[in-house]
Amino acid sequence: MSAPFRIDLRDVSTFPTRRDEAWRWSDFRRVVSSPAAPAPEIAAPEPGGPFAAIEASETAFANGRLPDGDATAYLTLDGGVHRLRFVTQADASGWQAGVRILVPDGASVVLLETYESSGGAYVANAALTFHLEDGASLERIVLMDEPADAVSVSTATVELKPGARFAQTVVATGARLQRHETHLEHPGQGVEVRMDGLYLLDGSRHADLTTVLTHTGGGETRQMCKGVVTGQARAVFQGKIEVRPGADGTDARMRHDALLLSDRAEVDAKPELEIYADDVQCAHGNTVGALDDEALFYIRSRGVPEVEAKILLTQAFVGEVVDRIGFEPAREIVGPWVAQRLEALV
Amino acid sequence: MLSIKNLHVSVEETTPILHGLSLDVPAGEVHAVMGPNGAGKSTLSYTIAGREGYEVTDGSILLDGEDLLALSADQRAAKGVFLSFQYPLEIPGVPALTFIRTALNAQRKARGELEVPAPEFLKKVRAAAASLKMDFDMLRRGLNVGFSGGEKKRMEILQMAMLEPRLLILDETDSGLDIDALRIVAEGVNAMRAPDRSMLVITHYQRLLDYIKPDKVHVLAKGRIVASGGPELALTLEKEGYDRIVAEAA
Repeated sequence: MSAPFRIDLRDVSTFPTRRDEAWRWSDFRRVVSSPAAPAPEIAAPEPGGPFAAIEASETAFANGRLPDGDATAYLTLDGGVHRLRFVTQADASGWQAGVRILVPDGASVVLLETYESSGGAYVANAALTFHLEDGASLERIVLMDEPADAVSVSTATVELKPGARFAQTVVATGARLQRHETHLEHPGQGVEVRMDGLYLLDGSRHADLTTVLTHTGGGETRQMCKGVVTGQARAVFQGKIEVRPGADGTDARMRHDALLLSDRAEVDAKPELEIYADDVQCAHGNTVGALDDEALFYIRSRGVPEVEAKILLTQAFVGEVVDRIGFEPAREIVGPWVAQRLEALV
Repeated sequence: MLSIKNLHVSVEETTPILHGLSLDVPAGEVHAVMGPNGAGKSTLSYTIAGREGYEVTDGSILLDGEDLLALSADQRAAKGVFLSFQYPLEIPGVPALTFIRTALNAQRKARGELEVPAPEFLKKVRAAAASLKMDFDMLRRGLNVGFSGGEKKRMEILQMAMLEPRLLILDETDSGLDIDALRIVAEGVNAMRAPDRSMLVITHYQRLLDYIKPDKVHVLAKGRIVASGGPELALTLEKEGYDRIVAEAA
């Protein structure tokens, strides 16, 4: 598995640029050109956040710090629902934090991960590792809701033992530069992986969803990423699936579909399949297009005004990703949350 | 009811398709517009419904004296215009039930009426689906997704029955239908005949008019109405083809 870039906000030489292939469309150094001053200490947030309505245990970082001042959380999650929150109130400063999550044998966990801020031109750098033991199951639902002038990078590596199940849905609304990156090694042996994403961007926001999946054994991977982009916003989707020699019987499917609602918006997509094994089923599809004029006219001819017709079509378009969220209480929060964002976009 | 005078329409600002088409459909009447391929039949239906890109360079379309050309497609629908599409679109992710309810309530809102209560809506849509021999579960799936040609046309008639338009335009409704489906669709249309409702049946073939009996038949060729008559005109066309009548009119 190709390792993620390790950004250290104190050291400019670690900042990737567009000359680094994995960052060609998200030039970090262009938006952060000098070391970030440490973000101030702030009070721990009230428990809750976007998923407050769901009963859950909670770990909350405030400007990258836990209540005890540490910047790294070690979590063993042996069941139930857990909220992991990154709350930022900072301007012209930054934080970096780490989270190591272990899901023991046979445990089944839902993780509600949120990036929250009321505003500011901050730089955030979160690094997460997930380790799922035999037969463990984790559903990770990520909401990135950050200010238009923030820079935010979240990088995760995922290790899976036989029989583990990992499902992920990332919803990104962009920032000056917002990147969500996941590296996952799929060992086969009954492991199942779902890696979904959704981006909703307006203004001049930028969101980058990058995934690197490496199949070292056979097994199944499903990936569906969709996005709606308007204004002068820019979305980046990089999805790589590598099937290593010996990972025979791999069954991997990747889709990326984007809707461009304005002429000045941009979507850069790079789906990659590299296959070095036999008896492999791999498929990828990638589309970028505008709303279908004929469908729009059909809906309007039934009496639905233009804006509502567009909302109906875009909601239907992204609804498929939301519908794949397995944990119903989260789906019921993400659905309306996404719908509200879309209304502002259309 | 519907009054079209001297209608000139171009598509994409280049090709004039309709040149001076005039047509009156009084309330309660069913008129057929027949014509060969390329005569401008679909252009006529799209222009009445208000599709963008169909530029009216001259003439007028009035519905009960009101200028339709000043209205957008959705505003026209709220005034009672309904176009049954030759090729109904598939809208994945929008269940037919949601679609019809959204449309109905949008029209009611535009007319300053209250939304239809959910139980009343469901009762009505169930009854309409049953009379069209449609499986109600189909209405919970994405609109027209994976439907056969006949199922799509029934869905059009179901929408029509729910929206209760004043002016129905049926654009080649018989295309892609076998005889059984044609009969069900025609029954659905005939059930909607009413003294305050008019219909424009646009078709290439006479076959549909065996099931939906028109009061009048018009022949559309080269962008104009070149002949009008009673239902017998359709039979003449079926026997002799379009060539003679179009040549005579030229």
